[in-house]
Amino acid sequence: MPAVPLSLLWLVPALPLVGFVVNGTLALARPTAKRAVSIVGVGTLVLAFAAAAIAVAGLARHHATAPLVFRYWEWIPAGDLQVAFALQLDQLAAVMILVVTGVGALIHVFSVGYMHEDPGYARYFAYLNLFVFFMLILVLGANFPVMFVGWEGVGLCSYLLIGFWFNEQINADAGKKAFIVNRIGDFGFLVAMFLIFTRFGSLDFETVFAKAPAVLMPGGAVATTITLFLFLGCTGKSAQIPLYTWLPDAMQGPTPVSALIHAATMVTAGVYLVARCGVLFALSPLGSAVVAGVGALTALFAATIALKQWDIKRVLAYSTVSQLGYMFVGAGTGAYAAGIFHLVTHAFFKALLFLGSGSVIHAMHHAYHATHTDADAQDMRNMGGLRHYLPWTGALMWIATLAIAGIPPFAGFFSKDEILGAAFAEATIRPLWYAFWAMGLAAALLTAFYMTRLMLYTFHGPNRTGERERAHLHEAPPVMTGPLALLGILTVLGGALNVPELLGGHAFLERWLEPVTGVAQRLQPAVEVAHATEWALVAGAVLIAVLGIVGAFRLLKPEALVSARLAPPERGLARLLWKKWYVDELYDAIIVRPVMWVSREVLWKIVDARIVDGVLVNGTAAASRAVGWLGSRLQTGEVGVYVVLFVIGVLAVVGAAVR
Amino acid sequence: MYRQWVLTALLAWPLGAALVVMLAPPRWAKHIALATSLVEFAISVPLWWTFAPADGMQCILDVPWIPSWGIRYTVGVDGISLFMVLLTTFLVPLSVLGSYAYITTRERGFYALLLVLTTGMIGVFVALDLFLFYVMWEVMLIPMYFIIGVWGGERRIYAAIKFFLYTFFGSLLMLVAILALVYLVGQRTGVYSFAYAHLTAHIGGLGSVAFGLFGAFFLAFAIKVPMFPFHTWLPDAHVEAPTAGSVLLAGVLLKMGTYGFLRFALPLFPAVAVHPAVQRVIVALSLIGILYGGLVAMVQPDFKKLIAYSSVAHLGFVMLGIWALTLQSVQGALLVMINHGISTGGLFFLAGMLYERRHSRLIEAFGGIAKTVPMLAAVLTIVSLSSIGLPATNGFVGEFLVLLGTFRTYPLPATIATAGVVVAAMYLLPALQRVIFNPLDKSVNEKLADLSLREIAVLVPLLACIVWIGVYPKPILQRMEPSARQLVQSVRANAASFTAVR
Repeated sequence: MPAVPLSLLWLVPALPLVGFVVNGTLALARPTAKRAVSIVGVGTLVLAFAAAAIAVAGLARHHATAPLVFRYWEWIPAGDLQVAFALQLDQLAAVMILVVTGVGALIHVFSVGYMHEDPGYARYFAYLNLFVFFMLILVLGANFPVMFVGWEGVGLCSYLLIGFWFNEQINADAGKKAFIVNRIGDFGFLVAMFLIFTRFGSLDFETVFAKAPAVLMPGGAVATTITLFLFLGCTGKSAQIPLYTWLPDAMQGPTPVSALIHAATMVTAGVYLVARCGVLFALSPLGSAVVAGVGALTALFAATIALKQWDIKRVLAYSTVSQLGYMFVGAGTGAYAAGIFHLVTHAFFKALLFLGSGSVIHAMHHAYHATHTDADAQDMRNMGGLRHYLPWTGALMWIATLAIAGIPPFAGFFSKDEILGAAFAEATIRPLWYAFWAMGLAAALLTAFYMTRLMLYTFHGPNRTGERERAHLHEAPPVMTGPLALLGILTVLGGALNVPELLGGHAFLERWLEPVTGVAQRLQPAVEVAHATEWALVAGAVLIAVLGIVGAFRLLKPEALVSARLAPPERGLARLLWKKWYVDELYDAIIVRPVMWVSREVLWKIVDARIVDGVLVNGTAAASRAVGWLGSRLQTGEVGVYVVLFVIGVLAVVGAAVR
Repeated sequence: MYRQWVLTALLAWPLGAALVVMLAPPRWAKHIALATSLVEFAISVPLWWTFAPADGMQCILDVPWIPSWGIRYTVGVDGISLFMVLLTTFLVPLSVLGSYAYITTRERGFYALLLVLTTGMIGVFVALDLFLFYVMWEVMLIPMYFIIGVWGGERRIYAAIKFFLYTFFGSLLMLVAILALVYLVGQRTGVYSFAYAHLTAHIGGLGSVAFGLFGAFFLAFAIKVPMFPFHTWLPDAHVEAPTAGSVLLAGVLLKMGTYGFLRFALPLFPAVAVHPAVQRVIVALSLIGILYGGLVAMVQPDFKKLIAYSSVAHLGFVMLGIWALTLQSVQGALLVMINHGISTGGLFFLAGMLYERRHSRLIEAFGGIAKTVPMLAAVLTIVSLSSIGLPATNGFVGEFLVLLGTFRTYPLPATIATAGVVVAAMYLLPALQRVIFNPLDKSVNEKLADLSLREIAVLVPLLACIVWIGVYPKPILQRMEPSARQLVQSVRANAASFTAVR
């Protein structure tokens, strides 16, 4: 019997739902009631965090080795399909709900400052609350369909928030693209569910994972098919190759949204899914290899694009795609704890980076707004030297930059190192992983480089914002810098969550997650690497990071930059990277346009209008009219004609009868 | 008492009400129609509680009608027809209320026809005598013909005639098949009767004639559904029909086709229905409906036409679910039938509301109006999301059950059909974007009025159903489960025994 604090688990998602209902009503009825909106929006999140903390504390005291499942009502009962609306709390879900509500609450606070002038303030918080609700359903769901409610629900909120400023077509387009691309992934999720149900007769996590080793043949086609379809879902939600293209466009949304949804929480749902279904992936070496391979490829590929982006948020977007790739390398390697660890630290430092960029954009926007200048507030070529105007933001973003680059002792160092270490260890038995490890290492070099580039161009060198505009640049108010500072602390200390034994730690997170990840891990062969090798790997990774940072300082010349308006067009490889390898153009040319063209010109205008409706339907009508006309021509009223026809008829009948 | 007379009351009350509407002053017509249709709904509501899921066919009233021809007046409901009846009585008052501003000419005639149509629609769903069924099928046809032809848009005559001829063609074939069936069964049993129970009990030994009879029923129902390639009457009829016509056409009339398959075509000709060739054809046509309907919907410039083609896709899911013949897929098909009535009905209401404001059905006439009509935009968003099957809305539960159930019998077709989920997002979201999002670049759209109280009253019941069925569909599922199970089992068992005999 679960303890009292645990039975309050439903409060965790219910609170943001209440926030959504109240704020949604306010958005339609009294959109100017900003104070009430802030209190409800932030208040429900803070309370949800408190509820989550209490529940997790209860879980810790409980020493549960199995998930605690709470069934609330029968949702879809149909014969042998019994789907309950049920939530479950285990160690993995515990980590997720703390991140979602904790980082979520900080971002809600930040939003109070960032969105304060916006006429859609109430609508914004309604959507944000709704997002948190769905995200919590996603991570707390005790079966696949309930998880899917959260899975598509967060996609919906992402859609609504990307297109938040819907009166500009580019924003609305980006939202729509995100939804449709995600739906392609959801197709995979659905098919995986159907396959699981036909094999297991259930969609409950508990049943499926318990039965999996008996039902699925290790390495069999079924296990591989299930995991690949599931992973297709992950590539959509977590923006991996080939479905990553929506995420950079998603930067059209308000910046705190990018921080919460498109960096810290929603996009990590795919990693969570793989970790959650670790048993299934462990039974499919091929499926796992695809996860790790796609992750490694995405990590490297996205990092190359980040090298040449000028929009500060786009750099961070591609960086997120790349970092998510790392998490999949971890999850695909079977190092689920490492993947989740990186998910957590990334939530800290990437949220910090996004909110920091939000602080920068906020300042830039105000400067341009005050001087009625029409220039891009997100283009780094219009920035430069901002550390003089936004010292706190600059310092905190430097901490996050060092963290993502993998410099000890910041959080990112520990988590990234653990993933690379696990990949290298796996390579000792599956040599393919050498390639994944090398790609991860190369991506780490690029990461250090492009992040330093971002910092140099934004905060260092001369300012390029403009003479008059410069006077209006100023640091964000405390309601925004406060959350930044807290995230800064988490970025510095977050690594302590899981300091490996090699470095004298206790691998707390790994042990904490053991009840969840242990089953999958026991299905895989254990690999050990000598301490000396591990030390060498750590040293190599740090060296790579330092190389990237120093290289950026050496190679890049912030003082040589000119503002975006005057900048010469990119050429050669730089243009290729700036244009994101022309992948969007490629998809447009080989998928979007042909589908539209075939639908319009062939299916609608030819098949539907000409063939089905034209030939078959109206053709039949015309034919019957023609027969009628023919018949009417015979009704001449002349008896002679009738007699002739009559005789012909009689002869025909007689002839037929005789023969 | 209630159980015995409720269905007959549901049939008689609207007819009487239609008479009152005709006799009353014209300006009262809509109010009388609203009041009487609300009473009709009130009459039907207790069915929800008195219905005993395990009892099969119930609320039966069975009296002789034309004894010498073996024709009886037999009505009843089971878990399959119950929700069609309730859906009808639910949508009619909303349709009346939704027509208040739209219908400005010959109001008495319009509302009287709407009420006669109600009788026809309910009659189709409760008839347990094939002759009565045929009569009701035709009764429903004529009012709709006039509703489109008199109160429709510019090309209303073309659309009305197309609708009529198409449906009539199918129903005549069905009549021939019904007569042949009664004759053949009568020959073998000595009892010439149109009674559903009698016919379904003696369907064995029809042999290859069954294929011909099935073909006739198939055509009648497939046109009504409509299945590709019999669907082209639908976009024309929907576009030209007034709001109430579109809502009832999509919400109820299309379901008569799928209902016909469930009630008649499958139980009467089980061996044909599960014949591999027949299955292949129908599954293929369903898949074409899902994907083709969605892709063609995607490129429609006319919002009502888009919704019409999306109906082809939705009904494709229903047909697939029916033909997969698993408990989940059939329950899912029934649920999609209900959901489509609610969501597509809602979309047609909203399209009508937009039309009343701008006198245009074209998507490009709008743009950015979420700024001027936030409430309408919010409702349109929610209804669209339910139409594309977002989880926690009604649309998801139905499609999920259909696909999951179908996957058990036909894994590959189910996978292809699942791609329809992507296509659904591809046709509805861009349309939604071009209507409520994007720049507010037309000055006429800057002064649009947001939803009136009357319009809110029309939409709120639909929104409530969208959330309710999405979150707690159990009361519906458990009421339909025994009937769906019985259908699946009897069709499979009968098909097996007939095939063995042959």
